[in-house]
Amino acid sequence: MLEWQTHENSSMKKIDIAVVDYGMGNLRSVSKALEHVAPNKNVLVTSNPVEIANAERIVFPGQGAMPDCIRELDARGLRNSVMHAANNKPFLGICIGLQMLFEHSEEGDAAGLGLFKGSVKRFAATEMHDENGAKLKVPHMGWNQVYQNQQSEAHALWNNIEDGARFYYVHSYYVQPDDARIVGAYSEYPKRFTSAIARDNLFAVQFHPEKSATAGLQMLSNFVNWLP
Amino acid sequence: MLAKRIIPCLDVTDGRVVKGINFLELRDAGDPVEIAKRYDDQGADELTFLDITASSDNRGLILHIIEKVASQVFIPLTVGGGVREVEDVRRLLNAGADKVSINTTAVLNPQMVQDAASRFGTQCIVVAIDAKKVDNQPFEWEVFTHGGRKATGLDAVKWAEYMAQLGAGELLITSMDRDGTKIGFNNPLNRAISNAVDVPIIASGGVGNLQHLVDGVNEGGADAVLAASIFHYGEYTVKQAKEYMQKNGIEVRL
Repeated sequence: MLEWQTHENSSMKKIDIAVVDYGMGNLRSVSKALEHVAPNKNVLVTSNPVEIANAERIVFPGQGAMPDCIRELDARGLRNSVMHAANNKPFLGICIGLQMLFEHSEEGDAAGLGLFKGSVKRFAATEMHDENGAKLKVPHMGWNQVYQNQQSEAHALWNNIEDGARFYYVHSYYVQPDDARIVGAYSEYPKRFTSAIARDNLFAVQFHPEKSATAGLQMLSNFVNWLP
Repeated sequence: MLAKRIIPCLDVTDGRVVKGINFLELRDAGDPVEIAKRYDDQGADELTFLDITASSDNRGLILHIIEKVASQVFIPLTVGGGVREVEDVRRLLNAGADKVSINTTAVLNPQMVQDAASRFGTQCIVVAIDAKKVDNQPFEWEVFTHGGRKATGLDAVKWAEYMAQLGAGELLITSMDRDGTKIGFNNPLNRAISNAVDVPIIASGGVGNLQHLVDGVNEGGADAVLAASIFHYGEYTVKQAKEYMQKNGIEVRL
């Protein structure tokens, strides 16, 4: 009886944050970091469209190759849930979870979800050198400075994060939005690329806040408290 | 710009972090979570755990360590040692590792590197290469396996290129000649590999002082430097190492 009640309670429990699981890669880092910054919130890793629809906030991560991510998302019938969430509730895209929001990726010549106009490009390793002429590697891996693109007023996700703070990256592709107004931040490798986008209830980043120590945890905490 | 990374390496055996003294005596170095936190506080850019457990019975214990560390330390964690199958990679990633390092198995079964990279993404596959200078081959540095005991007949530079092709997202290069010597990295080896591949390389083996870290980047072309003893014995903190590198014109995260 008690067991049944517990089970029933847990399935009825309000979902504060749903981490969308479409079978690509490891979501443990993301969920652990969210639990760390929001110990009183119910964080759920889920591939259930009903739970995604019921959750108050959505985190949309992604690892691996974008064509595989889109395929796996569709295989689980999650495209509509993700699109609906991206248009309606606090939504945080991470890494491939940012790239998938665009129309097209050079990676596997794949179509994305098309929520934003623009494309995903690969860093051209053979043409990249730093100011001393040293070769720059691809993937772009490690800690790089993130310059906030503050328009009229500060975005809540940058609260208590210094402009130019370093975040941890690991990626070979970057997004190129058609609309410059959605650019929330940029980094340089060696040229400027878009490292965050912001529009209404949606914020998405190329770097990994869940692996970016203090600055990253601050961003996740800002997201958990964000009221767009 | 992108910062060069400093990565402290922790040896784990039977579920405990240990310090080796001249490879002979292993001493318990304390609680893995506490040590990981300390390095995180000092500004370590990543942490690498190397499982040196001899018996396969106790190898699963590293999973508990990684689980505990990953729920309290939020920087990238790499785990290596005894990774034989794609299933081992999956288990480590599920425990909270961000990258898994593959060494001997990459030589015995290169297909496993490709399988793991296509299943989990190249970003989480590190191939560790142990190399030694040789006179009896038409090339300069040979790949060794089984902790440096077995020669493979493979040219380390060619091998590095092949591993990057198969899907290694990063290469960890350890010079067997330098490991434990404290006379500095093998910079010519690292430079040869760094020039040959597009993926980042981590230099390992031989660090005795902070200038060695600077040389590893400037002369060896390393994107990251890994060290164990200079940090474990409290000779230097990670922060001191970074300050020294910065003073010498290297971009670091401080």
